Amino acid sequence: MRGPNIVVCVKQVPDSAQIRVHPVTGTIMRQGVPAVLNPYDLFALEEALQIKDRLGGRIVALCMGPPQAEAALRKALSLGVDDAVLVSDRAFAGSDTLATSFALASAIRQVGQEQPVDLVFTGKQTIDGDTGQVGPGVAKRLGMQLLSYVCRIPILDMDSQSIVVHRWTEKGVQVLKSKLPCLITVLEGTSEGRFASLPEMIRAARQPIRVWNRQAAGIEDLSKIGLKGSPTVVGKVFAPSRRAERAECIEWEQDQAEKAVSLLWEKIRARQPELVEKLSGDNGGENGQERVSE
Amino acid sequence: MNERFDAIVVGAGPAGTATALTLARGGWKVLQIERGEYPGSKNVQGAILYADSLQKLIPNFREEAPLERHLVEQRVWVLDDRSYIGSTYRSPVSSDAEPDRYTILRAQFDKWFAKKAQEEGVLLICETTVLDLLREGERVVGVRTDREQGEVYADVVILADGVNSVLARKAGIRPELKAGEVALGVKELLFYSQESLEDRFGIQGDEGVAIEMVGKITRGMVGTAFLYTNKESLAVGIGCLLSDFRKEKVPPYVLLARLKEHPALRPLLRDGEMKEYTAHLIPEGGYKAIPKLSGDGWLIVGDAGMFVNSVHREGSNLAMETGRIAAETVIELKQAGEPFTERNLRRYRQRLDQSFVMKDLRKYQHVHEVLDQNRHFLTTYPELVNRAAETLLRVDGVDKRAKEKEVTRSFRKHRSYRGLFSDAVKLWRAFR
Ligand SMILES: Cc1cc2nc3c(=O)[nH]c(=O)nc-3n(C[C@H](O)[C@H](O)[C@H](O)COP(=O)(O)OP(=O)(O)OC[C@H]3O[C@@H](n4cnc5c(N)ncnc54)[C@H](O)[C@@H]3O)c2cc1C
Repeated sequence: MRGPNIVVCVKQVPDSAQIRVHPVTGTIMRQGVPAVLNPYDLFALEEALQIKDRLGGRIVALCMGPPQAEAALRKALSLGVDDAVLVSDRAFAGSDTLATSFALASAIRQVGQEQPVDLVFTGKQTIDGDTGQVGPGVAKRLGMQLLSYVCRIPILDMDSQSIVVHRWTEKGVQVLKSKLPCLITVLEGTSEGRFASLPEMIRAARQPIRVWNRQAAGIEDLSKIGLKGSPTVVGKVFAPSRRAERAECIEWEQDQAEKAVSLLWEKIRARQPELVEKLSGDNGGENGQERVSE
Repeated sequence: MNERFDAIVVGAGPAGTATALTLARGGWKVLQIERGEYPGSKNVQGAILYADSLQKLIPNFREEAPLERHLVEQRVWVLDDRSYIGSTYRSPVSSDAEPDRYTILRAQFDKWFAKKAQEEGVLLICETTVLDLLREGERVVGVRTDREQGEVYADVVILADGVNSVLARKAGIRPELKAGEVALGVKELLFYSQESLEDRFGIQGDEGVAIEMVGKITRGMVGTAFLYTNKESLAVGIGCLLSDFRKEKVPPYVLLARLKEHPALRPLLRDGEMKEYTAHLIPEGGYKAIPKLSGDGWLIVGDAGMFVNSVHREGSNLAMETGRIAAETVIELKQAGEPFTERNLRRYRQRLDQSFVMKDLRKYQHVHEVLDQNRHFLTTYPELVNRAAETLLRVDGVDKRAKEKEVTRSFRKHRSYRGLFSDAVKLWRAFR
């Protein structure tokens, strides 16, 4: 049985911890902000790598971006990815999530011509756009089953071409079974990252990264990419004003912890009555809800 | 692991990258190892880049390096508690000459510089710390990193791991840093719009200003402060000898906060948005602190070798210069078929002695001692000259001769004629 052929989509983003919003214009000031691999994508990479550890196969990291986004792929390579493709073309400039998913889907089809793709991974969202739309968009365009917000993959069976994943929802965890191929967006905190060995680092530094322009990525229709292919209109960008609320200090004497707790409780109730209601209602109840669907 | 390299360079600051780039151009197989996430990630200070040393490596760097502004104006200020006296040199760059000093953001510059080395064939790996030098007998034959299977071998190892050089200390190559030989520099980056900076400093386009400051702002400690204009930010910082910080027990950030509040700076810095606060050591020991620079299978370059001219605030250029010269030395040896023995590698030091690096460092070798032993240079004089200026400039019905006498008296009250004279001689000797 052959191991799975996996594509992991990664993006290079400005390190949001270091981003500032211009106080007057409200635009994002990117100057001097270092670019990093989208942190959520690290969890996608790790899931893919764990599958490869178990079942073998091949992982291709795919990134759409400017030439310097190569750094993100270099990082993916050092973690143990086999191959890296940078989809880079001026024609992609100004792409929104719709156009990006079109371009990525097309590139994944090209990867599939080398060997059929069984699984596509993405992070749950990026930290610059925060939309979480690109993964689902790619799944739709490729006609793959979408499994979003996945926190665990207990079963991947290449013989029966099926996969079982745990999917996080607001109500609890869903256990879903699906046929391959499918696209999985991975939730953060699912795993600890790995630390490549020195020979792996050297291999990654040495390995050439394939750069595909529009044609190489198999894109003919220029109206589907870049500004033309992007119907999203950004009406206004603004920095939300700071919240006026301040932390409040509750003072209490020694041996009066209970009094302090009830005081705290009162304060919470005053501000967020729904929350208190929910907390007291949920007490002891079964939190998780399980469901298997195909 | 059995892979071998011709050279391993530890560190991807200006020194390491200049070394790696030169070696790769000489056809060497080079592995460069950097601890930070990317080159420059550990090196955030806004700084002045001196063109000459970089130009020798990348003649057309002006076309592509991430430069902030070129300096058209340099101010030197002597501050007392509330006023300052100073000089300004301004000269627009003439159309037939290229600017020779630029402000840069190190995080961006180092990355670009390392990229140039990679294009020449250097294999760079980041997020990897070198823990030890590997030896066979006395000879250094490789390094051990913090990664699995982390040993790697080379014919020669170049230490470019910066002022702390844990490696050099661990290997007994360099003695422990003495608190009197390093300064602790703290710096903030404050953001503004481009137009606002142009207004504040009377500059346009890519023009920039640098202000160097001495005086009472360092509270009698040996040190200096600076303010540099970047494209959309100001770098403001202050540095003093570590030993002085310890003695005076002033936290560095307090010193920086006071500097920013000084009436001379406050208006220039108003409404800035602080982005980062960083602290870094600067080797200040000068000529006398320079350790042994090479031995069997190893050389040391840049801050790790204590190459900083603290009087002129030159560091990154000396780093590049020493890196290039070290690389050229080993390339020549290899071409001549000579091994990298302790004896042969002494040629590195000999070449340095012929270069401006050692000549400059030798010239200023007594400056710190003189300042250290004559603290009044840093406290009394700044106050006196500021007061003298005030006395002379104020129009208050006192005749000018009487004012001059008053100035002379104020100096005499603090220093005898002999003292004044010997101070002048000391200073002249130290800086001549
Ligand atoms: C506040 C301040 C202002 C300054 N202003 C100026 C200025 O205006 N102009 C100027 O020319 N100079 C200036 N300098 C000095 C200048 O920054 C240094 O001289 C210069 O950076 C030295 O370069 P280097 O390559 O030797 O060391 P560094 O730039 O320190 O680089 C050393 C590199 O080695 C890496 N490293 C360290 N240990 C290891 C290890 N064990 N394994 C792997 N990697 C390791 C580090 O992460 C680092 O990237 C300033 C310094 C300070 C602190």
